Amino acid sequence: MTWGVITFPGSNCDRDCIHVLHEVLGERVEDVWHEARSLDGLDAVILPGGFAYGDYLRAGAVAATAPVIGAVRAFADAGRPVLGICNGFQILTETRLLAGTLLRNTTRRFRCRPVWVRVESTSTPFTAGMPRGTVLQMPIAHGEGGFYAPPDDLAALEQSGRVVFRYCDARGRVNPAVNPNGSVASIAGVANARGNVVALMPHPERASEALLGSADGRRLFESAIAWLQGRLQTGAPTILEAAR
Amino acid sequence: MTHGATGAATVDAVSRFGVAPADVDDVRRRLGRDPNPIEARMFAVMWSEHCGYKHSKRVLRRLPSASPRVLSGPGENAGVLAIGQGWAVAFKIESHNHPSAVDPYNGAATGVGGIIRDVLAMGARPIALLDSLRFGTLDDARSRRLLGGVVAGIAGYGDAIGVPTVGGELLVHPRYRENPLVNVACLGLVRSDRVTTSAAAGAGNAVVYAGARTGRDGIGGAAFASTELDQAREQTDRASVQIGDPFTGKLLIEATLEALATGVVVAIQDMGAAGLTCATSEMAARGRVGMTIDLDRVPLREAGMRPEEILLSESQERMLLVVRPDGVDQVRRAYHRWGLAAEMIGTVADSPRLIARWEGRTIVDLPPEALASAPVYDPIRRAPVEDGRSPGNGPDPHVDVVGVLTRLLSHPDVASKSAIFEQYDFSVGIRTVTPPGHDAAVLRILEAPPLGVALVAEGNGRWCAADPRRGAALITLEAASNLACVGAEPIGVTDCLNFGSPERPEVFWTFREAVEGLAETCETLGVPVIGGNVSFYNEAEGGEGAPGDRAVPPTPVVAMVGLLEDVSRHGRPGFTRSGDAIVLVGGGEVSLNASLYRIVTNGEGGGFPARPDVELAMRAIRCVREGVRSGLFASVHDCSDGGLAVAAAEACIQGTIGAEIALPREAAGGSMAEAWFGEGPGRFVVSIAPSRLPELQTHAAACGTACAVIGTVGGDALSVLWRDEMGVKRYALPLDMLSAAWRSLEV
Repeated sequence: MTWGVITFPGSNCDRDCIHVLHEVLGERVEDVWHEARSLDGLDAVILPGGFAYGDYLRAGAVAATAPVIGAVRAFADAGRPVLGICNGFQILTETRLLAGTLLRNTTRRFRCRPVWVRVESTSTPFTAGMPRGTVLQMPIAHGEGGFYAPPDDLAALEQSGRVVFRYCDARGRVNPAVNPNGSVASIAGVANARGNVVALMPHPERASEALLGSADGRRLFESAIAWLQGRLQTGAPTILEAAR
Repeated sequence: MTHGATGAATVDAVSRFGVAPADVDDVRRRLGRDPNPIEARMFAVMWSEHCGYKHSKRVLRRLPSASPRVLSGPGENAGVLAIGQGWAVAFKIESHNHPSAVDPYNGAATGVGGIIRDVLAMGARPIALLDSLRFGTLDDARSRRLLGGVVAGIAGYGDAIGVPTVGGELLVHPRYRENPLVNVACLGLVRSDRVTTSAAAGAGNAVVYAGARTGRDGIGGAAFASTELDQAREQTDRASVQIGDPFTGKLLIEATLEALATGVVVAIQDMGAAGLTCATSEMAARGRVGMTIDLDRVPLREAGMRPEEILLSESQERMLLVVRPDGVDQVRRAYHRWGLAAEMIGTVADSPRLIARWEGRTIVDLPPEALASAPVYDPIRRAPVEDGRSPGNGPDPHVDVVGVLTRLLSHPDVASKSAIFEQYDFSVGIRTVTPPGHDAAVLRILEAPPLGVALVAEGNGRWCAADPRRGAALITLEAASNLACVGAEPIGVTDCLNFGSPERPEVFWTFREAVEGLAETCETLGVPVIGGNVSFYNEAEGGEGAPGDRAVPPTPVVAMVGLLEDVSRHGRPGFTRSGDAIVLVGGGEVSLNASLYRIVTNGEGGGFPARPDVELAMRAIRCVREGVRSGLFASVHDCSDGGLAVAAAEACIQGTIGAEIALPREAAGGSMAEAWFGEGPGRFVVSIAPSRLPELQTHAAACGTACAVIGTVGGDALSVLWRDEMGVKRYALPLDMLSAAWRSLEV
């Protein structure tokens, strides 16, 4: 499979994603410049972490207008897998490919630390390969990671199973004490209605090798690879099957 | 020669432009004439203490700088050490003390930006940052405000550029209140055959300006860093503080590495202190060539800038490159792709003259060597009468073991800094093997597995205030001990020497003593000092007390880099298994003088810190390093501030398990306070499976170091047993209580 990792000028996790996909998982990877207008030939795309254009405005707001975003939108509309990580999540909400928005952490500070998340939905390529309720340890590193959606939107997200990850403790229990940024309903990651666009604040690429303290994040990539190879079904009957 | 056009200056006028009165004759002699006002300003900045190292240069020659690993030593923008498999690390520390006292956020942020560019100038990709901070005690509102601002500034810049801040240290003392210290170290990675130089070469080669445009910010910043701070001037000094832009800093890293990869770049240097003046004169002087630049071609941020402003601006995120003429377009394309300016502003010439033109006129024409090599002073030094050589306090017969340990663990020097570290992105780059808070930061070298490097910064001003030579030796051994704990062998040092005014003989004496202590110890360890930074004038005018008390304690900060042949074999500080034996490895003198124990009990007292036996400490360090590498230990932690007590307590807290320890009695008549809280070099608390004890004993004997079983891991409290002529005493400190104290630091 061939992955694309989009590099905005201020992306700083693009190289990390490429390392994990290529060196750890043996996948083909292309570095996609933010001015690219086509994602032809790619099977899946990652919007990595960083500070796309400096993020002096609201994080991701400028990036949402980048030339490459049109291509990402078309890629997503075609049902292909798109993963947003950290700044990538912020960009995907700014483009409205995903619901909600990311607010400044309630601590008002940047926070870097390991967290645990619980897999809430397996109806996405990135989670189809693990049981619902799986607890994953990954680091967060962000200043604006508090997920928010208005009550009606939130209810719709929950009812349609588009909440993919929730912050929890090491044993999978969700409680406010382990919510690192004030995210509503402890939401760490969401998907779009079709399930092919997924984003989360924690960094799976920083938790893909045991030497770094956790290899849990690798399961997201492995799941997507298996799904792309047709070895996995997403949990719910979705339009994804048609896309494949 | 058209300098007459702008008007020749008299001697008085020369000093009016900021040249130190003592240097005015020297300027005239080197030029063979009076400088014009623009040239005089350039001399003022280049011959400031910050750029010129006038007071320190002679003493710094004492530091050892050679080893087979050194690819680039002092004199370049950063030292470079080969680590094997064709790779090398570039490493440098720098202070940003004065700007941070005036504008903590921007002062610290530009400190990060500046040190990154030094490493980048060696052709290296920056992969780690480390910061070493000194503030007044945190019960003081001003100190808390400054600390908060500095941490936010380091975070604001470092987090955005994708270089992880992997560790550092924070120490507090009332004498840092007026003049906090902000030292930042950066480590970069470069292929051994791709190390760049700042020495310009090749007549006809192009001089290319790249990066952010030049504005009016930070003019005279280097000169500002060379003066004492005056609170009343704080407002006006803000104009001397540069403002950094991390996004541009990130672009500069990527664009510069891309430009260097083309192979057409002959030399490169960053434009930091003294901006274009410093970069052109130093690059030309190092290459023994000349340079002609056209100021009209410098990319500017605002219209109407005067030539001296363009020459002296300290706008951030700029580099100066010497490029083969046929490669200028390639270099420009690399920078433009990342949205940065890049313009050819001049050429290299054979004749060693630095010539600047503006609006068709020559406004500067002088030998670059004259600017780049400031006069070297031989300052007066005098041992202070009251230099801490009083005998020190006697042993304390009654020790409040529980109360003192709690106070030690909650003291900012010891307490967990996670409230600070969490604000830094320490895991970006997927190299960080241990999170901050371990004895040393461990990074894997992705490009050359299974190699790893370890980094640590140490600088205990308390020991140095009592005895600068011993203090510097103890600091160096502490850094080497920290590296041993993670299994790393020290391969190089970069130092940041923070002192008061060198014009004060007592201060200069402490400086020379500290350098001597550092030099002796590094020589014995066989570790070269591959570059660094001196920060003088860390004193505030108008502070209370005697002049000597206005200066910061002598604070040499030693940043040491270590090598791990196999990064997967690194040590951890926390106890892991109930039933493991606890062993004290190493021996030698410990003392309560100048210890943290004295600070939290009865004030500072006097007396010497422990006499460092470098050879003895080295044997223990080797024993521990090899033990870690062979997987002998379950945990390892060195005894530092607060002695054995704090080391044992931290091992319990970090492992979330208790321990029972019977204190070793160092000598007949030795007190419990000394055994438990005394500080001395080369001592380690390790835990080990009991079945492997004989192996450790054999190994320690072979290394020539002491090792004594002092306890057992287990339970939910730290229990301490002390036996002397008066009988047996037993104390139990619940783990919850220790942990709460250790985690009490809020920033």
